[in-house]
Amino acid sequence: MEMPAPNASVTANKAHIVTRLRRVLPADAVIDAPEETRAYECDGLTAYACPPLAAVLPATTQEVSDVLRICHEEGVPVVPRGSGTSLAGGALPTADSVILGVARMNDVLETDYDNRMIRVQTGRTNLSVTGAVEEDGFFYAPDPSSQLACAIAGNIAMNSGGAHCLKYGVTTNNLLGVTLVLMDGTITQIGGAHLDAPGYDLLGLICGSEGQLGVVTEATLRILPKPEGARPVLMGFDSNEVAGACVSDIIKAGVLPVAIEFMDRPCIEATERFAGAGYPMCEALLIVEVEGSDAEIDEQLNVIMQIAGRHNPVALRQAQSEDEAKRIWLGRKSAFGAMGQINDYMCLDGTIPVSELPFVLRRIGELSKEFGLDVANVFHAGDGNMHPLILFDANKPGDLELCEAFGAEILKLCVEVGGCLTGEHGVGIEKRDLMDTQFAPADLEAQMAVKDVFDPQWLLNPAKVFPLKASASRRAAQVA
Amino acid sequence: MLSPTTEEELSTAVAQASGPLRIQGGGTRGIGGPTPGEVCSVAGITGITLYEPGALTLVAAAGTPVAEIEAALAAENQRLPFEPMDHRKLLGTTGTPTIGGVVSANVSGPRRIQAGACRDSLIGVRFVDGRGTVIKNGGRVMKNVTGYDLVKLMAGAHGTLGVLSEVAFKVLPAVERVASLHIKGLADEKAVAVLSRALGSPFEVSGAAHAPRGRTGDPMTLIRLEGFAESVSYRAARLKELLSDAGDITVQDDPATTAADWTWIRNVEAFAGTEGDVWRLSVKPSDGPEAAVRVGGDVVYDWGGGLVWARVPAGTDVRPLLKGLPGHATLVRGDSKGRAIFQPEPAPLAALSEGLRAKFDPRGILNPGLMAQAQKADA
Ligand SMILES: Cc1cc2nc3c(=O)[nH]c(=O)nc-3n(C[C@H](O)[C@H](O)[C@H](O)COP(=O)(O)OP(=O)(O)OC[C@H]3O[C@@H](n4cnc5c(N)ncnc54)[C@H](O)[C@@H]3O)c2cc1C
Repeated sequence: MEMPAPNASVTANKAHIVTRLRRVLPADAVIDAPEETRAYECDGLTAYACPPLAAVLPATTQEVSDVLRICHEEGVPVVPRGSGTSLAGGALPTADSVILGVARMNDVLETDYDNRMIRVQTGRTNLSVTGAVEEDGFFYAPDPSSQLACAIAGNIAMNSGGAHCLKYGVTTNNLLGVTLVLMDGTITQIGGAHLDAPGYDLLGLICGSEGQLGVVTEATLRILPKPEGARPVLMGFDSNEVAGACVSDIIKAGVLPVAIEFMDRPCIEATERFAGAGYPMCEALLIVEVEGSDAEIDEQLNVIMQIAGRHNPVALRQAQSEDEAKRIWLGRKSAFGAMGQINDYMCLDGTIPVSELPFVLRRIGELSKEFGLDVANVFHAGDGNMHPLILFDANKPGDLELCEAFGAEILKLCVEVGGCLTGEHGVGIEKRDLMDTQFAPADLEAQMAVKDVFDPQWLLNPAKVFPLKASASRRAAQVA
Repeated sequence: MLSPTTEEELSTAVAQASGPLRIQGGGTRGIGGPTPGEVCSVAGITGITLYEPGALTLVAAAGTPVAEIEAALAAENQRLPFEPMDHRKLLGTTGTPTIGGVVSANVSGPRRIQAGACRDSLIGVRFVDGRGTVIKNGGRVMKNVTGYDLVKLMAGAHGTLGVLSEVAFKVLPAVERVASLHIKGLADEKAVAVLSRALGSPFEVSGAAHAPRGRTGDPMTLIRLEGFAESVSYRAARLKELLSDAGDITVQDDPATTAADWTWIRNVEAFAGTEGDVWRLSVKPSDGPEAAVRVGGDVVYDWGGGLVWARVPAGTDVRPLLKGLPGHATLVRGDSKGRAIFQPEPAPLAALSEGLRAKFDPRGILNPGLMAQAQKADA
């Protein structure tokens, strides 16, 4: 993956920059020793690493503003960072950049059940937002599988999703307001406990902007009352096509499950070996979960079981107890871990129209043979967000490149059938150079124009999202 | 008047425009209008271009009548999640509402509290910017984080950043049964507290409104439940029990009556054909009653108290009265002389908004005069 050459005048100026940062932050909040900056050299896309010039860990919005003002004055690129779990290289540093980590900002600032909202500092982890309100019967809905580790900061920047977003939406649908610090240090408040914006929907624009428009330090999030209960069913089918048709029929029948998860045979086999969840061995498996009281669950599951029955399932199992429900989810939740046990893997994230599911899975199978690399598929079927996991061997020369080329083919296929490159992980550096398969130059120009407004010098997370070629002139202006 | 019938014609029309354009769909939502300039109507660019019920997605040209879309969805037992309001009765306009107009004004109804606003269901747009360039963003799939989300930006931009030519939505299944809990005679403060308790319960409330002067003239609090028949009865019973100390609760589940009640709320029919200005206040739900007291006049609450429709004597500026309450006020009906239609923004946000506008419409020809202005120094 190509990254722009670091700006030599910035790297030469390191001592001065660090001195200025130390003046506005506590001593332990500025990290510049090479052995320590290594801790920030990569995110969840571990194939790429580069230690930053320095890393800072501010504890308040004012400190964030001070850091940004200094970096702005000194012309230093800034890479915002939450927990570093991005799978797209969204938080990958460059050698001339300062990592701005919000991990120390993890307080709950306000909970307000009457208005169903919570205000937090954005370094707080996703799961601990729910943790703060669950005793009172509430939860924060977006639930990325990384929720134990990932921060609200990264969730907002990536507009992260989760297994339950078919019903509850993704981050942008659950975000009410932010405190956003612009690259020049200006502190702004966007949105709040009220719904909808007075002017342009800047909140909607910030969410998913991958740390390129400003640093989000506080967030007002919508919280929801916990449902009375939830119950999954497991269904096995002897072809991907049939499983895909079943998904479509369930949706058409007017039931809206909270989750419809899909696993194919390679994935079932791997997770079975790893987690022993007791899955049936078959070509395709669905986990469908519905919520409500026991009676309501029965009502919905009746409809769903009937539809599944019409598609000749090889297995059809409704969880009869809490324990059984856990086991049904166990395999799905450990799918990535299971893959990691067998091999190195790359996790893709394209979305396709649900109707194209059988075709796309067949095509991925063919490509797998052509490239000589195995693929396992696990994904959110209700919304067409696929997660093909390509297995490769990082120690084998050329295998990573082969895997990336294969991945690019799959993503192009997603775009060709009417879908997109990324459903929830973000573009980062990983999909940056594929953007022009999905967007015409004018489409990208319109997006880059937005960055021009928020960050005219292109100092915030500069080599991400847009193809290097497309953003070259703007980044060059920054160096000059 | 410019009346393009294709996106290409629209693009040419905008590129060749030599002065301001007044962008129009069905012309039924004249919020802040009329702006100066030649009318550019999108109503001729019509048609549902894609509808996949099994994928819950629908794509339509911006000029497509809302009624046509609702009919196509109903035929498959589906619907628009956000229940868009029809402004005609409130504003006394005639014409055919278009889906592009709905998106431009981010128009949402009572279900906004559960299913989100128009912008939350919108998954893709195509538009023509102020230079005449055709731009697309988002797409036809419901999970998409590829690049910046200009879809949200275009929703509610009132045509000032670009003229929408096509919009794509995530849709939802229609429901088997609707029921409303009715509570009579509550004072505003008490009513909003009751709505808040209902919304904080696990019973999936899809509408929470209060009218100090309801359809019969007396205070009426309404809580809506939707879903499968048995589930709705179950939840109605549980909710009734939960709220039993609030007063006499009746459950209404006659389809025609519940539909009429919620249409009445959604379209603010209480103020149809009345005198005076109408403001739309967006506040923290629990601040709703306080906002109403400060503004005076007649009000209707939706969104659990967070949306307050206020009817006040013509010429009233409610913003000074609301000072200190977070949120914003929009003048929806009334002469805009001397009053900003949209809530003025603080300087840093106004600078961003102006910056965006200068990028998307460098000649400043799209609906000049609409959208928020910067706050005056003394505001
Ligand atoms: C095992 C595993 C499972 C995962 N499952 C899911 C899943 O189910 N769904 C899903 O959507 N994602 C998933 N992810 C991806 C990842 O967890 C999400 O993208 C997450 O939101 C990143 O959060 P983070 O705090 O780790 O952000 P980081 O990785 O630190 O940063 C992500 C991006 O956010 C920007 N950023 C960080 N902080 C700020 C800030 N304060 N202001 C502005 N920008 C900022 C960064 O610059 C970067 O571009 C998974 C990752 C792993 C490793």
